[in-house]
Amino acid sequence: MAHSFLVHNEGDDVGVVTEDVTNGQEVIGVFMDSGGEVRLVAGGDIPLGHKIALRALHAGDDVTEYGTRVAVASADIASGDYVHTHNVRSARW
Amino acid sequence: MASSPLTGYRRANGRVGIRNHVVVIPVDDISNAAAEGVARLVPEALAIPHPYGRLQFGEDLELHFRTLIGTGSNPNVAAAIVIGIEPNWTERVVAGIRERGTPVEGFSIERSGDLKTIAAAARAAQRFVQEAGELQREPIELGELCVSIKCGESDTTTGLASCPTVARVVDRVIDAGGTVLFGETSELTGGEQLIAERCADEEVRTRFQETYDAYIRMIEEQDADLMGSQPTQGNIRGGLSTIEEKAMGNIEKTGTKPVVDVLVPAQAPTRPGLNFMDTSSAAAECVTLMAAAGAVLHLFPTGQGNIVGNPIEPVVKLTGNPLTARTMSEHIDLDVSGLLRREIDVEDAGNELQAVVERTVRGRRTCAEALGHREFVLTKLYRSA
Repeated sequence: MAHSFLVHNEGDDVGVVTEDVTNGQEVIGVFMDSGGEVRLVAGGDIPLGHKIALRALHAGDDVTEYGTRVAVASADIASGDYVHTHNVRSARW
Repeated sequence: MASSPLTGYRRANGRVGIRNHVVVIPVDDISNAAAEGVARLVPEALAIPHPYGRLQFGEDLELHFRTLIGTGSNPNVAAAIVIGIEPNWTERVVAGIRERGTPVEGFSIERSGDLKTIAAAARAAQRFVQEAGELQREPIELGELCVSIKCGESDTTTGLASCPTVARVVDRVIDAGGTVLFGETSELTGGEQLIAERCADEEVRTRFQETYDAYIRMIEEQDADLMGSQPTQGNIRGGLSTIEEKAMGNIEKTGTKPVVDVLVPAQAPTRPGLNFMDTSSAAAECVTLMAAAGAVLHLFPTGQGNIVGNPIEPVVKLTGNPLTARTMSEHIDLDVSGLLRREIDVEDAGNELQAVVERTVRGRRTCAEALGHREFVLTKLYRSA
């Protein structure tokens, strides 16, 4: 099965889907640094270029991408969930 | 790898351009009509109208002059005509361009009117256009170029594909001895420490940090909600959720080299290597400042499809977003969406971009040039008096 999402770094909390993904779809992700793979079940419809959660996060947790904090969770997030402005926010402004 | 040599125009001041424009620069808003009148009579002369230049003062006025002088003396410019309402400021812009070695003539409208001014300026423009046609392209090296980079309408594909592709070419230009400009001060937010760490020494790092802090203070003083502005609505539609996430993609394109200098807006770089310039993140404002600093070729990664161009600096656009590549193909010089599908790797994409760069240097028109995108947007620091 071909990959449906890419992850910048091992340890990141989110990946980016490279095609439209539908709720309940089993998807494979590839880590761009290691080439390793990960399997998930999508918890929502996720449009191309939008993010999928690799693990469960609690509201207030840092969200890591590029090996760096890029956001803070503003709601609880389950593994496979669609991650965007409805459940994460900037830590800066 | 055998390939035909790059060619460009060697200017009297030793700098190298890849285009050969004759420009007609208004000093102020009310001289736009005369500048455009000249370009109608001499179609190969390029008028660059803009909305400012009256009652500006202090640092804002200095930036206005620096931008106009830098534009008129960019190595892509063979000669410049300057037209202003008053002789004093007109002569100031003319003198600045002349000092940098670019052929220039100035005209002021008061006590002549538009029609006489246009007649006189058109004669000068005609002569410049005829002379520019005699200038020959000569072999040049990649490392003689000043290249600028800025991305726009970014999305998550920018950080995954188009920005890492630009990074490959940025590193090669610098390895060859060239100069690269990056900016977008507010858009480093969340990754500004990564740029600070890459500054060549303490002195550069201090200036970078002061520049960054001052810009953020200016934004915070407005006490406004930046969601929808930075990141933009387009960024959010493309999947970017925060300024920090956008910044990490943005910074990808700067490659791996040290930051050798920190420039004020439109300041010409003096140190080869990667230079940071304090700029807005708005595409046309940023590219205008970089062209005024002397950049002759711009690399522009886009996600959702920013269509910007510049009057004097060719803008090469690339995207990693397959939807953008398909629906906006007339604006995209290179499609690197194969990176998302893992059909190519970043090295391949870098080679493809380098090939596009070489063809553009030799004279191939970019999408933005062919479609007439000539956005010239001056940065205004505060209200006029």
